Amino acid sequence: MKNQYETVFIATPVLSDVQIKEAVSKFRDIITGDGGEIVNEEDWGLRKLAYPIQKKSTGFYHLIEFTAEPSLIEKLETQYRRDERIIRFLTFKQDKYAAEYSEKRRNNLKAKSEKEK
Amino acid sequence: MANNQSEIRYLTPPSVEIKKKKYCRFKKNKIKYVDYKDPEFLKKFLNEQGRILPRRITGTSLKYQRKVAKAVKRARHLAMLPYLTDMLK
Repeated sequence: MKNQYETVFIATPVLSDVQIKEAVSKFRDIITGDGGEIVNEEDWGLRKLAYPIQKKSTGFYHLIEFTAEPSLIEKLETQYRRDERIIRFLTFKQDKYAAEYSEKRRNNLKAKSEKEK
Repeated sequence: MANNQSEIRYLTPPSVEIKKKKYCRFKKNKIKYVDYKDPEFLKKFLNEQGRILPRRITGTSLKYQRKVAKAVKRARHLAMLPYLTDMLK
């Protein structure tokens, strides 16, 4: 029974661009590897944190929306904890309204990006 | 007795708080889900120190106040909103 999830994680700003991409692709493979299917992905890039985490005041934010089996979340979270590049993460099970909302948000994001092009 | 009543000069006219009917903004414009990812919207429910405003001030119904509280706590976890600050606005 697949549920829709949403995960946001913050990577340390110390990393170079390549390491960030590698970290993101690592988690993407974990999700797709175990039968998860990524619905949407957003990279918010370097953002200022509201309070310093591990003595750092900025971080690379990354959002992944995906549908997966509940068992996959356990694996994903242990990977987060083990990986020291990730300083903070949050996974969230989308209920009916959340899924609707993210659907709407995705459409107008796409519409906006088309307008910019 | 009555005349000294009028002698009292107020420095500023006493602003009587006009009783505006408080309404739950979520019921009014049918918002069903409070997103923890956009801090701008959540800031409307925080005071200057970054604390969650009580229902009696914002006027939101209980069901949506809980959603707002949960979203604010998630945003704080992700360092989008501070736990405590001064002059948040």
